[in-house]
Amino acid sequence: MVDRRYELAVIGAGPAGLTAATTAAGHGLDVVLLDEQAAPGGQIYRSIEDAPARRAELLGPDYRHGAGLVEAFRTGGAHYCPDTSVWSLGADREIGVLRDGRASLIRAQRIIIAVGAMERPVPFPGWTLPGVMNAGAAQVLFKSSGIAPAQGTVIAGTGPLLLLLAWQYLRAGVPVSAVLEMAAPGHFLRAVPRLPAALLAGHYITRGMKYLWQLRRAGIPVRYGVSGLRALGDGTLDVVEYLRHGRRVRIASDSLLVHFGLVPNMHLAEAAGCRHRWDEGQQCWRPVVDAWGNTSIEGIAVAGDNAAIGGARTAAHAGHLAALEAAHALGRIDARQRDTRGKDDRAWMRADLRIRPFLEALHRLPQSLLATPDDDTVVCRCEEITAGEIRRAVREGHADPNQVKFITRCGMGPCQGQQCVHAVSHIVAAETGQPVAGQIPLRARPPLRPVTIEALAQLEAEAAPT
Amino acid sequence: MNADVVIVGGGLVGSSAALHLALRGQRVMVVEKNSPGRHASGVNAGGLRRLNRHLPEIPLAVAAAEMWRDMRTLVGSDCDVKLGGQVRVAENDADMHALEERATQVRALGFTHEQVIDRDRLYRLVPALAPHCVGALYVAGDGFARPYHALTAFRHKAEALGVDYRTGLRVTDVDRPGERWRLMAEDGGVFEAPVLVNCAGAWAHHLCASLNEPVPLTVGAPMMMVTERLPMFLEPVVAAASRKLSFKQMQNGTVLIGGAHRGGHDLARETTSIDFRRLGESSRNAAALFPRMRDVRIVRAWAGLEAFLPDDIPVIGPSLTAPDVYHAFGFCAHGFQLAPVVGRILSELIVDGRSSLPIAPFSIGRFQKVAVAD
Repeated sequence: MVDRRYELAVIGAGPAGLTAATTAAGHGLDVVLLDEQAAPGGQIYRSIEDAPARRAELLGPDYRHGAGLVEAFRTGGAHYCPDTSVWSLGADREIGVLRDGRASLIRAQRIIIAVGAMERPVPFPGWTLPGVMNAGAAQVLFKSSGIAPAQGTVIAGTGPLLLLLAWQYLRAGVPVSAVLEMAAPGHFLRAVPRLPAALLAGHYITRGMKYLWQLRRAGIPVRYGVSGLRALGDGTLDVVEYLRHGRRVRIASDSLLVHFGLVPNMHLAEAAGCRHRWDEGQQCWRPVVDAWGNTSIEGIAVAGDNAAIGGARTAAHAGHLAALEAAHALGRIDARQRDTRGKDDRAWMRADLRIRPFLEALHRLPQSLLATPDDDTVVCRCEEITAGEIRRAVREGHADPNQVKFITRCGMGPCQGQQCVHAVSHIVAAETGQPVAGQIPLRARPPLRPVTIEALAQLEAEAAPT
Repeated sequence: MNADVVIVGGGLVGSSAALHLALRGQRVMVVEKNSPGRHASGVNAGGLRRLNRHLPEIPLAVAAAEMWRDMRTLVGSDCDVKLGGQVRVAENDADMHALEERATQVRALGFTHEQVIDRDRLYRLVPALAPHCVGALYVAGDGFARPYHALTAFRHKAEALGVDYRTGLRVTDVDRPGERWRLMAEDGGVFEAPVLVNCAGAWAHHLCASLNEPVPLTVGAPMMMVTERLPMFLEPVVAAASRKLSFKQMQNGTVLIGGAHRGGHDLARETTSIDFRRLGESSRNAAALFPRMRDVRIVRAWAGLEAFLPDDIPVIGPSLTAPDVYHAFGFCAHGFQLAPVVGRILSELIVDGRSSLPIAPFSIGRFQKVAVAD
């Protein structure tokens, strides 16, 4: 069972969290790793300990890299709480956790939030139809249980995952009708000036080229300059429709996998009150952090993709840095030792981050995807609030996202606005003519995961008397 | 704009005052540091309750109930009012005895809205209630509304009548160089009017301090939580004689659970935090009266910044130290229902020089015993 107090609590067992927990334990810290999944690895290295060799081979060398992180963690001496969801985090570093249906509150002197990224939810006409699914979620299904769309699929959106997933499906024999790239028109011209710096981290590019070449050779259409995506069907998806070169194209399909890049999972940091800022390059909110991952709240750090999207390798280095900072703050190492031991991480991160401006420009979302022009499209799935209702609220004087939430209930559902926070920001910004950067994003309210009254009612009985 | 009255605070009380003053022909400016309804007015539980009011509040609550019943006439919207009654249940004979005494006290003042009801009547009203209760105090026609919707309706109506809202402006200083009050805002803005009204909620004491009229106001953050949507099972709002609990099912099926348990707050940063151990107590109270709630999921908890005064009733009335200044603040987490009538009272004080309802018990002078010896 979960103990009450730790020196360090790490939330999330992806590359950042695993590295942070292993490093901290290695420095003698009493550390607990809390994770929602049944096994370590996070989304990127999901089920890595049980993946059959054949599937691991299909998924490529990046996936296999995770096995080393998991093994080091397993033998590193950190306490491990799998199947544990975190439903609250306070600025006082009190963590609400739920395990086996029992809620409890634990405290730690330091906290490293390493909950990674989520796929950017992008509302478009028909996106809530059964048959439409996030490509990343589909990839997780494929990794963890080998499930893929039986009748084939269309893959649409932006970013490197489209080609990667199509390539993984190709190798597994899953039919892909088309790959539709929807990045903003002219994106390639904007990206090119950033290319020289990007070449320093060339492995991203070369791998992308390899996927594209193999897909083309297999006869899978990869279309660029796609817009106007719509999912059509009566009750479930029948047809995927899009615009290209001014022509409306329709593909019969009962599966559409979409992906519009990743955004930081901001909820825990936001709930704790960490300051966030708008990142125009990544078109998302992210917590304000220093080089060690420290947020604006004393003792709470953020490491990995939930600080800024940087990928698995960068996340592991960020986890290492955050753990060194924790070991320093808790008196295990001095500042000089921390700086020395973190030197390689910082060098790696600097080099890797050079590719980001290129990728950001390459995969930049057009305004029509950020703020759907279609007033009938549902933006808040929990409360079924449409883009039109949000626009009307703004016109009636509710000029910021939280006022829109008050009047429309948009963002008040069980997901706490996780799904609509970015779309609401963009719609409000477009409607008011004010930049997103000046907003306060939809406030996340606890519990971040629904908790039963019964579970809450147990809390006092379990509370440590102080 | 050349204003007759400047109101500090664009919450429901400030907006109601603005609306009623505009109806009386006054030119009104509202200065609000955030957006209207950012704190208590936007996030309170929305209770419309005459039941178990502090005795001095009863005449105001009764008048306010009349206004809520006909809210569409006043603001053009019913503010999502639902008047399914409010009950205060007795769980044992001692509770019942206390409620009967209370009803006698209220009747002696000439009010008949609070009725003692027996066990049978109670379970007809609230069939989902745990079976151990013995009776209740009941007010038919009480209920609740949606706070931010009400605020929006008041604000829109006030604006339609010409009220000028200045939002995002924090008042930092106030003085009266001549015959007019002058407010200085953080961004350098200056607002002037002959009459100043303090509806600044959890920040009202700051303005009082500027006027050399200190009040023992404390700030608290009452917590609330709301469940997932459930099939409709509850008509009235339910409270209990000897538990901290307020329990209501909203129009969309969610259940709102309050009970005055307080969370943490930081007034300077304008933030609140949830104390889950105290919410645990709310949860136990809810489950004790409604056992079916045990497996229901809480989807959201929050707390709002609210002004409290030591005797648990607000300040309403003129300043005793500064001319042409009027206060209405410190509603101690039960101001929502009163706001329409408090705005009307302020307009009467300012335009007619007197209130049509008794407000002596709410004088700020009760905290300045020496100063008001005459």
